[in-house]
Amino acid sequence: MVDQTASNSQLQAQDNVSLLTTHDGQPLKKSLAKALRREKLRALLLIAPLLLFIFLTFILPIADMLMRSVENDIVSNTLPQAVVELQAWDPQSGELPPESAYVALAADLKIAVKEKIHTRLGSRLNYDKAGMSGLFRKTGREMRKFDDNQPAKDQFISFDKDWGEIETFTVIRRLSPNYTDSYFLSSVDRERTSLGVQMKPENEQIYIKLFIRTIMMSILITLSCVLLGYPVAYLLATLPTKSSNMLLILVLLPFWTSLLVRTSAWKVLLQQQGVINDLLVWIGIIADDNRLVMINNMTGTIIAMTHILLPFMILPLYSVMKTISPSFVRASKSMGATDWTTFWKIYFPNTIPGIGAGSILVFILAIGYYITPELVGGTSGVFISNRIAYHISSSLNWGLAAALGAILLFLVLALYWVYDRIVGIDNVKLG
Amino acid sequence: MNFKSLLMSTAAASVMLGASSIAATSGSHEMAPCDNCANEMTIVSWGGAYSASQKAAYDDPYAAATGVKIINDESSAEAVAKIRAMNEAGNVTWDVVDVVAADALRLCDEGLAEEIDGATELAAAPDGTSADDDFGALRVNECFVPQIVYSTTFGYRTDKVGDTPPTTVCDVFDTTKYPGKRALQKRPIDNMEWALYCDGVAKDKIYEVLGTDEGVAQAFAKLDTIKGDVVWWSAGAETPQLLADGEVVMGSTFNGRLFSAIVEQKQPIAMLWDMQSFDLDGWIIPKGLSPERLARAKHYVKFATDTQRLADQSKYISYGPARKSSAPLVGKHETLGIDMGPHMPTDPANSSNVHLYDYGWWADNRDDLDAKFQAWLAK
Amino acid sequence: MSSIKGAAVRFEKVQKSYDGENLVVKDLNLDIAPGEFLTMLGPSGSGKTTCLMMLAGFEPATHGEIFLNDKPINNVPPYKRGIGMVFQNYALFPHMSVAENLAFPLQIRKMNKADQEAKVKRALEMVELGAFGNRRPAQLSGGQQQRVAVARALVFDPELVLMDEPLGALDKQLREQMQYEIKHIHENLGVSVVYVTHDQTEALTMSDRVAVFEDGRIQQLSPPNVLYESPKNSFVAQFIGENNKLSGTVTAINGDVCEVKLDDGTMLKAEVVNVSKVGERTLISLRPERVEFDDPSKQENVVEGKILEILYLGDHLRVVMSVCGNPEFIVKVRNRGQTRPMKAGETHKIGWAAHDCKALDSVQ
Repeated sequence: MVDQTASNSQLQAQDNVSLLTTHDGQPLKKSLAKALRREKLRALLLIAPLLLFIFLTFILPIADMLMRSVENDIVSNTLPQAVVELQAWDPQSGELPPESAYVALAADLKIAVKEKIHTRLGSRLNYDKAGMSGLFRKTGREMRKFDDNQPAKDQFISFDKDWGEIETFTVIRRLSPNYTDSYFLSSVDRERTSLGVQMKPENEQIYIKLFIRTIMMSILITLSCVLLGYPVAYLLATLPTKSSNMLLILVLLPFWTSLLVRTSAWKVLLQQQGVINDLLVWIGIIADDNRLVMINNMTGTIIAMTHILLPFMILPLYSVMKTISPSFVRASKSMGATDWTTFWKIYFPNTIPGIGAGSILVFILAIGYYITPELVGGTSGVFISNRIAYHISSSLNWGLAAALGAILLFLVLALYWVYDRIVGIDNVKLG
Repeated sequence: MNFKSLLMSTAAASVMLGASSIAATSGSHEMAPCDNCANEMTIVSWGGAYSASQKAAYDDPYAAATGVKIINDESSAEAVAKIRAMNEAGNVTWDVVDVVAADALRLCDEGLAEEIDGATELAAAPDGTSADDDFGALRVNECFVPQIVYSTTFGYRTDKVGDTPPTTVCDVFDTTKYPGKRALQKRPIDNMEWALYCDGVAKDKIYEVLGTDEGVAQAFAKLDTIKGDVVWWSAGAETPQLLADGEVVMGSTFNGRLFSAIVEQKQPIAMLWDMQSFDLDGWIIPKGLSPERLARAKHYVKFATDTQRLADQSKYISYGPARKSSAPLVGKHETLGIDMGPHMPTDPANSSNVHLYDYGWWADNRDDLDAKFQAWLAK
Repeated sequence: MSSIKGAAVRFEKVQKSYDGENLVVKDLNLDIAPGEFLTMLGPSGSGKTTCLMMLAGFEPATHGEIFLNDKPINNVPPYKRGIGMVFQNYALFPHMSVAENLAFPLQIRKMNKADQEAKVKRALEMVELGAFGNRRPAQLSGGQQQRVAVARALVFDPELVLMDEPLGALDKQLREQMQYEIKHIHENLGVSVVYVTHDQTEALTMSDRVAVFEDGRIQQLSPPNVLYESPKNSFVAQFIGENNKLSGTVTAINGDVCEVKLDDGTMLKAEVVNVSKVGERTLISLRPERVEFDDPSKQENVVEGKILEILYLGDHLRVVMSVCGNPEFIVKVRNRGQTRPMKAGETHKIGWAAHDCKALDSVQ
């Protein structure tokens, strides 16, 4: 409030006083701006390498990913003439495209086969309709037999009966624009049919479920990180330096262990014939034929990921707790507050910035994890990122991977926004 | 499909001639010099015992003969994605890549692999049979030069199946007779086929049935009967470990993995070869190499896939050579000294009932079925 | 030490050790009367803060017993002691407004909302911060924060308030102002205050009694004027106020006056404080303002010194002299208006009364 009045009065002063100038007659404002510009330029130059680095390694790839999720020029590039012909055809008519479309298709395919790009188009169309990949591969082999003087349609149908299916051309026609929403539709278990956008058949719905599971489990992991990390961070902040350094090393230990060693360790501990089950059976808490399933499911993922992400919760918490003066606690107790009230009303509220920072870190890291869930998650503990990885490295459906990634990115941004609205992002302290 | 008969003849020959033909090494023909070739190359494979066997059988002899510096990379698991990314970036750093047949099909379809002419760019068999004829149907396309035949098959704990060890793949689906967990690969391929086969679908009708929605539902219904008892694996090393730990009573994996668990580590595990699913591994050369590097890559592939080299590899690992003409040369394990023949998936005793995995069909239907499979898993 | 009946606070043979090897507090016996303003004064490490922490309950006594209103409190947790406390760094809760900070102890006592508000308002008015209730502590100046801290320590009407160097972080002017304010609040409310400081001026201005701590013991417990006028030993004499030191040997004791032969041979008469026999080494302590500069001839002790330096300080002149072998002998000469014809380098006669110089224990 004080600042505001000050700046207001400044503004008024500027209005009232005629333009100030420097000794050599330049307007003062201009001169000041010039002096400041040099400062700004110098600052900009200092961070230029970082900006460039971020631009090249972060902004560009994200832009590329967003582009890939909608890009679809392969159809119109590979079949330029057929695409034009098919635009004139009405798939609702119940009839196959006219002969001219087949002729155009033959002309396009001849060039495509020569350049060996027809199979790639087949792979692309196969994402939307199973069998297109084989159709184009087979047709590619047959094209050398194609006779320009015979009716094109009959020859195509003789190559493969799928060329006599309306659905084949409907798919090609639907995917002929240079941009498509089909990847995004697929990522939310929807598809475009002749009846418009619809849910996919129930036995193919997977992504919405995985998105929800990913978010729920990330929240769960974040919560267990808070629960486990809080006391550790408190110990770290209150113990004498010598013992707290030792503890800090233990906290950081998972970072220094290779992923495979860590995962094997968890398996040895958690599997049904593992150490924990053996111990429980030995003590007699559970029966030998009723051993707990703690790995290759959701529990396994949560345990293993809480373990690896715990340091990201502990470190910000620790650095925040370190700044909380012990006199707060003493003051509170001197005013009559019990240990619990002191913790809940005084200590805890002051650690919220640390919890916020840790939670954001852990949650965002968790939501994108895929190696650990893949190894210990079984079927019920896998994340959306496992599907993204699958589409990138196995199915090569990069468009779908990009769309899933883009949705994940927007989800994180949306959650960040919600967090900002509820807690306030300036209420986050990393150290 | 003449794929099966080819495999069978390969196996038969291997048993017939068996151990008697180790001496054939001396008969290898002379290597043509490589003109204008790069003198450094990167070879990509799967790592572990498999890469070691390739190094001993191919890389070391090749480097000794030509003086080429060979860099080994173990990225075959992500080969397809990485080759695509390299191709898009216009900077292909790999020269020769070991991939499975399905990946070779994808790479070739996408135009990411060089075509290799079997008549001129591969070595003929010692008796003059052309390479293409020698490989036969195992050369699934022009880009792919097969090396080995391996299979995905089952192993079981001998101490946990009582007096009646499992004899058919359908015992995997019989949880009353063989209670306990099973390890299956986390993908639809093979599992869907086994499910249909054990649900009474004739072997030659499997893909026909699987091509329909009802067939898919039937396969899932069969898989549902054991869903609660399945541990799904994604890395080949998991099943031998799960078997060794006693976490599962039986599980599918690559036969070579089971070979080392049984023969080398002496675990109480035995092979269940029934309905083993044959698969192939071989070389491709990525598109986009400079002329010198391409010449070097082709020179290497020609050397590494000749009759003798392929036979040599089976000294180190229990995968069958992909050439008919190599089968008679398969001998004993290099260090254990046991006959490798009976451990080959192609041995007649092992391959009386095999599942022939249809690459073409899966190339068309994999995306679709994978989505359904994942949806089924998540249910 | 006599014990006050009905003392607000009593330390009885209290000892404290952190490491089991060194005693930080050695055999502390202390009674604090209801309504008294008692200051624990001493250099850092003298044990004064430890005593305060034991009283507040944040540190357990290693041995001995502390009584609050005649009840032993060694086993009473701090939150049940009902002692108000003001900390050096204020310890205002940053996540609460000023009013919330003040209401906190009232909420804990489950006071109803209306009473809470009334009390908070009164407490804020007491420290002249009535308009600042809605501010966050971080929006206040250091002095304002300190006042809030004082108000918060008093708002729940404790009978005893502990203050741990509360003014240490303030600048000199503000500190002096706050000294008066705290003093007045104490007088108005009649609470007992235990005040810890290392600043002797603060201790002298504010306290009813001052306990001078050194080496884990109370060296002297007296009202400020006694402390200044009659230090019991040389530590207190040196710690409180300015002080000229002259060392020598006792040659005769006549009642409360003794004769001391200084190391340079000068004979002086001094008041006996803690010398007991002839031949003992002693340190004579003499306040600079007790030295008669203008007319020394009537004094019991007259010596000659050499002026080394004269500093003009307005209300007085500070003359540094070399006297009886002490080259740092200071004389404060009142500024009476007339100019004195004196220069550095001249010799000058000075004198003082026997009772103004104390024969104390020799430090070494």
